Amino acid sequence: MLLLPRMSSNLARLLLLLLFAFSICDAVALPGPISDRHRSAALELFAPQHGSFASLEESYEALRIFEILAVREKPDVRATTCPKVLENLVSSTPLKDLFYALKVNGILKCKVNGDIFKDIASRLKATVKDSKTLVDLYYSIGSLLLIKDQASDVDVLLADADGTFHSIKALSQSDGKWRYTDKPESSTYAAGLALEALAGVITLASSEIDQSKVNLVKNDILKLFDSIEKYDDGTFYFDEKLVGGHEHQGSISTTSSVVRGVFAFAAVTSGKINLPGDKILGLAKFFLGIGIPGDAKDLFNQIESLALLESNRQVVFQEQHIVVKISIPLILSLPASVYSLSNKDQLKVRVNTVLGSAAPPLTVKLVRAFSTVAKDSAVIQNKDLKYDQNSGHHVLDVLPDKVDVGIYVFVFEMVLHDADGEKVYATGGQIHVPIYVTGIVKVSNAEIAVLDNDLGSIETQKTLDLAGNDIVSLSANHLQKFRFSFQLTTPRGHAFMPHQAFLKLKHETKYEHIFVVGNAGKKFEIVLDFLGLVEKFYYLSGRYDIELTVGDAVMENSFLRPLGHLELDLPEAPTSKAPRLPPLAVDPYTRYGPKAEITHLFRTPEKRPPTQLSLIFLSLTLLPLIGFLVGLLRLGVNLRNFPSSAAPATYAILFHLGIAAVLVLYVLFWLKLDLFTTLKTTALLGVFLLFVGHRILSHLATASAKLKSA
Amino acid sequence: MARSTSKDAQDLFRALWSAYSATPTNLKIIDLYVMYAVFTALIQVVYMALVGSFPFNSFLSGVLSCVGTAVLAVCLRIQVNKENKEFKDLAPERAFADFVLCNLVLHLVIMNFLG
Repeated sequence: MLLLPRMSSNLARLLLLLLFAFSICDAVALPGPISDRHRSAALELFAPQHGSFASLEESYEALRIFEILAVREKPDVRATTCPKVLENLVSSTPLKDLFYALKVNGILKCKVNGDIFKDIASRLKATVKDSKTLVDLYYSIGSLLLIKDQASDVDVLLADADGTFHSIKALSQSDGKWRYTDKPESSTYAAGLALEALAGVITLASSEIDQSKVNLVKNDILKLFDSIEKYDDGTFYFDEKLVGGHEHQGSISTTSSVVRGVFAFAAVTSGKINLPGDKILGLAKFFLGIGIPGDAKDLFNQIESLALLESNRQVVFQEQHIVVKISIPLILSLPASVYSLSNKDQLKVRVNTVLGSAAPPLTVKLVRAFSTVAKDSAVIQNKDLKYDQNSGHHVLDVLPDKVDVGIYVFVFEMVLHDADGEKVYATGGQIHVPIYVTGIVKVSNAEIAVLDNDLGSIETQKTLDLAGNDIVSLSANHLQKFRFSFQLTTPRGHAFMPHQAFLKLKHETKYEHIFVVGNAGKKFEIVLDFLGLVEKFYYLSGRYDIELTVGDAVMENSFLRPLGHLELDLPEAPTSKAPRLPPLAVDPYTRYGPKAEITHLFRTPEKRPPTQLSLIFLSLTLLPLIGFLVGLLRLGVNLRNFPSSAAPATYAILFHLGIAAVLVLYVLFWLKLDLFTTLKTTALLGVFLLFVGHRILSHLATASAKLKSA
Repeated sequence: MARSTSKDAQDLFRALWSAYSATPTNLKIIDLYVMYAVFTALIQVVYMALVGSFPFNSFLSGVLSCVGTAVLAVCLRIQVNKENKEFKDLAPERAFADFVLCNLVLHLVIMNFLG
């Protein structure tokens, strides 16, 4: 981030500053309230496929988000969703689909026949009486509540509300979690479902539920909040310890389920629930800290929970007093945390509710501001920020002169104008915000000199204007020293210690040497004694390019500037220890480029005999065959025993043909056939041959037997 | 005494030859076949001695086919020989059928091994 190209135009500097500001902005830990980025993410994640959403659950989530965020460009899915709702509003649909169909109907208000509600309500009441699992009770009670809102004439009150309350409460555990069924696995997510269901039972009860039972549930809520997890920056959340089990829910789903349950329960009970304000603010910070989730369900959980946290149903008036059940969190955020002294920026702070709406009248106080290097002394103390009506920001109009470039921590506090407001809103006490104050650091009095040996007499000295483009050309030998010095001053005139102050000497052969420039107060100076550096420079004489790098996060004009050349004359390397030059850094693209082609060395084939020799021996092999045939003739071989009558004659011919066929098959096998076809054909021919051979040989046998007996 | 030994050798040879001439013709045919097979094997061995045994499987299959068929012919001669009391009840046609069958199987294996 310190490498600024040598463009001195203000445009380049401004662009770099903006880049700077963006990169640091993301590092600030303060999450801002919901903004238009969430609205566009909602439109992207909940885009209907072919005009409708995949399921009723998704349709409900999409419609609810568009409603909460007041998204203007929301897609119109009434035409495709209402038919789906109507087809699911029958008694036989599974509970979960019925529940979501009713939820969608609550938002879209499709035209539904009143009798349908009566049917469903009676089925649901029967389910509530019979079912023993938490999920079934949750969906049936939730559906009954929705029918109550949508069809006021239908009777949805539960006959045995006490019994239902008791059966849900029976699934609770001592640590505030709930079980889904009689099986022992418990979860925090189930606690959220149970609290919502219990709130529903209280609403649907025909006669009032006993107050002591309600107080028991309030205690359960407090115990549940005892198991809340936290991060160091004050964020609170719920997570499941049991991995696996009934559809493991992540921290976002679990936390939003608990929020839904607790707020539903708080809405139907009177009196306070003693939840500390910092935990509520921590939950708000958790949901805002997610940023823009990439998953549709996470976005829905985030937005719905934040909407609940913002809603002021928890604040009621009872006999002229405000009774707050659960505090409403207020979020302080800064649009920018980098302030430029050269641009004379103003410090701006926003206070909103979690969904981005306006906060109640309040003043933001800057309690104190201190530098991170001097934590004890405060540069600003107890200033109030002015509220600008038009932009909605709280503004600190001018930073006092004491504030120099550097990294500070500003501590803010919100003071509500209404005295009772402290009880209603959770402001989070003192909020620490890291602020970067940047400015232009003056670089001046740059001097380069070549000094002669120990006496320090100057051979050449040149001054340099580092703001300009001029370069110097020097020469030196190994007996001399090189000195370079300059001064850095902050906009307020103090000494400045940058993160990076390097001097680089690069030889023509691309070997580089980097030195750190040390300082005493404002003055930075480096002295290179070439006598001691001869070995380090690998005895390479020649032209060295000099470059200076000065950079820091809060320095707006960090630079990398070539200063000029130095002709260095070093002695020859002694041959006894010739310097081993380390390998130069390889261009990474060539290192991973294609390697040299490998030529495969094939196994040298065996020496074969010359062709004529082989052919001679082939003919020699045929000689014994000729000898055999000649011998046969000499012995007087004849075919007199060949049968004359027709049938045996044919068999005889077929026999000889069969043998010839098999031999031909073998030759073909050697030439081109494979073993399997050969075996198959041999088998066939063999069977034929057996049959034929048997006939002819038995004929011959009987013929010779007749001769013998005759 | 050299003359007598050579004359003895000649007499021995003539006696053997006349005794051999008395064998039936079919046995002589089989003997001729065996000689043919053995000579072919010998020529292959000489060739291998000359050029080396590089495709060893080919050499083996060639030599073993000759040797195998010679062995089967010898078996046939034993079974067909009328003076052989052991095989008196075996019809010579049956022995010949066995000979043909075994040769076919031998040559199938040889052809597979030839490569």
